[in-house]
Amino acid sequence: MSKFKKKKGGDLPAVNTASLPDIVFMLLFFFMVATVMREDTLMIENRLPSADQIEKLEKKNLVMYIYVGKPSSNYKAKYGTEARIQLNDKFAEVTDIAAFIAAERASKREEEIPYLTTSLRVDKEANMGIVGDIKQELRKVNALKINYTTTQGDVSNNN
Amino acid sequence: MAKRAAPEVNAGSMADIAFLLLIFFLVTTTMEKDSGISRKLPPIEESEEDVIIKQKNIFTVLLNGKDQLLVEEELMELKDLRAAAVEFLDNGGGENADGEKCNYCKGKRDPASSDHPDKAIISLKNDRETSYKAYISVQNELVGAYNVLRNRRALEIGPQKGFADMSFTEMTKNAKDVNWPGNKEKLKEVIDQIKKEYPQKLSEVQ
Repeated sequence: MSKFKKKKGGDLPAVNTASLPDIVFMLLFFFMVATVMREDTLMIENRLPSADQIEKLEKKNLVMYIYVGKPSSNYKAKYGTEARIQLNDKFAEVTDIAAFIAAERASKREEEIPYLTTSLRVDKEANMGIVGDIKQELRKVNALKINYTTTQGDVSNNN
Repeated sequence: MAKRAAPEVNAGSMADIAFLLLIFFLVTTTMEKDSGISRKLPPIEESEEDVIIKQKNIFTVLLNGKDQLLVEEELMELKDLRAAAVEFLDNGGGENADGEKCNYCKGKRDPASSDHPDKAIISLKNDRETSYKAYISVQNELVGAYNVLRNRRALEIGPQKGFADMSFTEMTKNAKDVNWPGNKEKLKEVIDQIKKEYPQKLSEVQ
């Protein structure tokens, strides 16, 4: 009975890969949407400390970033190993902060200026001296809203 | 000439192109972590007028250059700090500026400790050599102390206002959440009330 002929055994049929591009595109779109291009190229080591009583920073475009940390290995020879400040793409001194804040403010609309927050992204190995200087400088230019940016985690991870 | 159908474009390499892009985005992606401890710096005031605050209303936390913690003149471990701060803030031994007693405090009502959460101030001092990670740990514990009290208060007054089983942290989260279905106006009132009852008075001394 040819109707009930057994299928020829042996070769497995090839898996249909026609939907592979769709799957890959789906992943691609996810990552494209989720990606935030880094605005600044870091020239310092920047491992943030962890904390668990944290709030999320709203309105990303109203945040000014100040990075602090040891110069990374490429820059060690030139800038030493003490923690330094980085503003935009350059190493800076504490005295440059006032100008930086003024420039950031000038680039925003006037009604947004009171909502500007300064995010302090400080390496956990840095010491408080430099942070204190930055805070003092921020007070002078009346940029009082700050955020000690941290990662989510238990404080015991800090050691 | 006979009409010929346009030849189909071979789409076999589409997956490869997509993979290439995918890998590029995978590599460049940094999931941004923009969260942290928010603080407001005190403005610089011209008139240096000293406000006299009673010593018992100040909770001094000192962090020295070797990251050792001195709380009210006593050495303390970091893990005990939160409980100590809660005890101080929640003491309620006296009256606030309006002469009201703290009827929601559950502390010991020790007359030698803080009068009212309204008056209690935590003062955090650090040295130049203090490491940033230790400083953040201490800040975290102190904010944690306030959150403990606020959460407790939220669970107490929440049910009366129609927000049962919601801690303060959840309340603030819901108030910001666009998709939250509840009454936001009312929720904000409750949040403001709790914030007023346990105001965050944390001073960072230079």
